Amino acid sequence: MTLLPVTAPHPGFWTAAGMIAAIILSSTTGEVLTAAAMKSIGDLDIIRAHSGLKGAIRAVLTCPLFFAGVFFLATAFFALLFALNHMDLSLVAPASASLTLVTNAIAAKLFLHENVDRRRWTAAVFVCIGVYFLAH
Amino acid sequence: MAHHTLSPRQYLILALVALCAPLGDTCLSRGMTHLSPISLAQPGSLVAAVFTPWIAVGIALLIGFFASYLTALSWADLTFVLPATAFGNVIVALLSRFWLHETISIQRWLGIALITIGVGFVANGPSLTERPQPAGDSIREEQLQ
Repeated sequence: MTLLPVTAPHPGFWTAAGMIAAIILSSTTGEVLTAAAMKSIGDLDIIRAHSGLKGAIRAVLTCPLFFAGVFFLATAFFALLFALNHMDLSLVAPASASLTLVTNAIAAKLFLHENVDRRRWTAAVFVCIGVYFLAH
Repeated sequence: MAHHTLSPRQYLILALVALCAPLGDTCLSRGMTHLSPISLAQPGSLVAAVFTPWIAVGIALLIGFFASYLTALSWADLTFVLPATAFGNVIVALLSRFWLHETISIQRWLGIALITIGVGFVANGPSLTERPQPAGDSIREEQLQ
């Protein structure tokens, strides 16, 4: 008797969309929290010039927002692994990588109050489609 | 909005952001495919894999990516830094074409063109959203100087 690798049946549309949404949501939350942490810490080049490399590392490691960001980025990583266990890489990787760029632009405007002007929206859409073509 | 221009050192950090992540992933991929299949029942072999040359270099590159990414986020907007990370995919595709002589489909060339145009759009704009500085910050800056 030969043993064949056990493959999970392909999930339905809504299950697949939910898995990809979980990756995008946790990744976007992680990116925004990390960006907010780094903005609250200030320019690391200036901190390093005044307090050295140890001072810059201490500034990052003593910021609770940074750890919240890393937690969500780790969650996104495990959500990606879980999705890859159920779906093809050729669907999960381009869909999550490209859509995350757009959700990050929206989240950066809403929560970080970045000036996402027409130039940055256009860039986000171009890069989003470009990543999809490149990774698909 | 004031036009925040970047210093050569800051462009170098953005280049590291773009380069380190895809090169690190490539090193990890190369290292893992050269190993025999690892089972979750033998976690020791997974730890041993960390000390093989390709995987060690991959991890070092990914640490370099995260350090330069955090540095970039400390002086530039998230929507300015993220396209730089995506530009890394273009660099890897071009390396695979001209160094490894792999074939790139028309769809991938189109993807490369779109990402390059997108990054060009962002790079021509300001790197940081201008915000009114609180009075306390200016006093602190004067004290630092």
